Amino acid sequence: MKTFFKCLTVGVLSMMLFAAPGFASDTIKVANAGALSGDLAPYGISALRGVEMAVEDINEKGGILGKKVELMLGDDVCKPEVAVNVATKLVSDGAQMVVGHVCSGATIAANKIYKDADIILISGSATNDDLTMSGDHPNFFRTIANDGAQATLMTSFAKNDLKIKKVALIHDKGDYGKGQMELAKIAFEHMGDVEIVLFEGVTTGAVDYTAIVQKIKRSDADLVMWGGYHSDASKIIQLMKKKRVDTLFMGADGIYGDNLPNLAGEFAEGVYATGPNDTSSNPMHQALTKEHQEKYGEDPGTFFFTGYTCMQSLAVAAEKAGTVEYDAMRAAMFEITVDSPMGPIGFDENGDIVGAGFSVYRVTDGKYQQVN
Amino acid sequence: MDPMYFFELFLGGLTRGSIYALIALGYTMVYGIIQLINFAHGEIYMIGAMTALIIASVLGMWGWNTAVIVILAFVFAIVYSCAYGFTVEKIAYKPLRNAPRLSALISAIGMSLFLQNYVMLAQTPDYLPFKSLIPDFKFWEPFAHIITSVEITIIITTVIVMILLGLLIKFTRIGKAMRATAQDKVMAALLGINVNNVISATFVVGSATAAIGGVLIACHVGQINFYIGFLAGLKAFIAAVLGGIGSIPGAVLGSLVLGISESFFTGYFWSEYEDVFAFTILVVILIFRPSGILGRHDAQKV
Repeated sequence: MKTFFKCLTVGVLSMMLFAAPGFASDTIKVANAGALSGDLAPYGISALRGVEMAVEDINEKGGILGKKVELMLGDDVCKPEVAVNVATKLVSDGAQMVVGHVCSGATIAANKIYKDADIILISGSATNDDLTMSGDHPNFFRTIANDGAQATLMTSFAKNDLKIKKVALIHDKGDYGKGQMELAKIAFEHMGDVEIVLFEGVTTGAVDYTAIVQKIKRSDADLVMWGGYHSDASKIIQLMKKKRVDTLFMGADGIYGDNLPNLAGEFAEGVYATGPNDTSSNPMHQALTKEHQEKYGEDPGTFFFTGYTCMQSLAVAAEKAGTVEYDAMRAAMFEITVDSPMGPIGFDENGDIVGAGFSVYRVTDGKYQQVN
Repeated sequence: MDPMYFFELFLGGLTRGSIYALIALGYTMVYGIIQLINFAHGEIYMIGAMTALIIASVLGMWGWNTAVIVILAFVFAIVYSCAYGFTVEKIAYKPLRNAPRLSALISAIGMSLFLQNYVMLAQTPDYLPFKSLIPDFKFWEPFAHIITSVEITIIITTVIVMILLGLLIKFTRIGKAMRATAQDKVMAALLGINVNNVISATFVVGSATAAIGGVLIACHVGQINFYIGFLAGLKAFIAAVLGGIGSIPGAVLGSLVLGISESFFTGYFWSEYEDVFAFTILVVILIFRPSGILGRHDAQKV
């Protein structure tokens, strides 16, 4: 009996110990989740820096509803199974709002947890259509245009500007890459006049992509459209160049940024990619770029501005709602206009961004330059 | 059936098979001598590529001559990988030599995870660009898109390594000792062979071929990270089992069969199911020929 009471006392004490931080909260806990390590870390880190900088700015101005913002971090390596664990941990640690995740697959998996916990999730990089279109993720918002918008831009650019007749759609079998190519396929079929000669997935991280490159060459396509991320794209691009297959190569925001030119070097010349609109004429954009350069000694990464805007939107919505409770916050999200570094933006009834879109870029002299 | 396309796919498969073969040799030799699947072998391959990258970038920064860089990168990759192979055997397998086989297997998996994470922490988890050490020659037109200079180098190197290895096993003292140890460890020891040294030598030779494979594949795909050893190691392991694990010609044959059939499968069917296909052949072969294509089924000694 004595042992029983001992156990009980220890149990109760330790429960109190863990519960304590939950009660004493005079801060608003915002979590940032995404890939902070692994091969997709460049995307996650650029978004995180944006969120961090926004948190600093918000706290300088007195925080949200008079409370300071406390940032929590979660690293999901862009893997859905890890993302679910990260989400569970963030929710149990008391996160009130979440920015992230970075990759679509991870976001879809993790959002089950956030939805059940009534937490607003906002991402600056997850572009999969299902997140907003399917209606399964009412708590999800994003500050980047969706894959549908991107597919429309990619396909119309390919048809109207590049004048292609035959296209090969290659993807990495992931939620993001395959979803994107399926949308491109629908868009091409809808437009007509462009023949889809190949629609295939490849194994990510395979030892060698010679066979698929030969297949592309044999299919006689004018353009390879790639759904996926930069590491596999870089292997395919290099092999194509080495084998003198001069089919054009185009990808989406998964290969946009400095990562692809860094990895593929001279072979990246002439690669097309769609990425968030260039808003570098915006004064806020310029000020942030300067701040980023001073702080990190380099230009902002791919999702820096969308990440910054995510955090800003949450702050604006909370101020408008006057609380961080889920229902009021969610209602406020649809009404706000955010004066962001990407220009004034808002959200439509699906949670998709209004006022920002994609542009087409091409690698010239080792850097992406806007072409349309 | 387009004969040109067939030929292109065949050459692509040959390249891939050659890389598998360079890695599979290590698996098969180690298995042949101590009946252990060395799951850390894929990581030795990755360490070879990593070392070459570091050496090549440092020497490149100092402005050394390209030919010297190539030679030194290969030499250092081989030396480093051999050192790792040797150490792994001493730390993770030697103390377990008389333990149940399952313990050594788990130790091997542990070693594999350890090396991956060690390189991830010591270097970076990101992909790193690997500037090809082998110059890219421009072939004349009809052949330009069929094969690259790197692929030719891969195939030729593999052939040379096979021949050297064959000679080593057949004609040298250490080769004879290896064969004797593989046949019967206790008897070999009674006849004055230092079994421990022979086993170490096997690990060193296997690591050297894996390192060569690592550097070549890095030149071929132009990038590496800490994780490349996993899939390559797994495929090479399949190849070794396919050819008959323990047999050196078997490992080469199994690798070529796997590489070429994967290439044809991708070329004529779908690349989505390339890995599924690889494992399917493995299962089919194991059902109909459990000892692999060239493997001998020797009766268990009682």
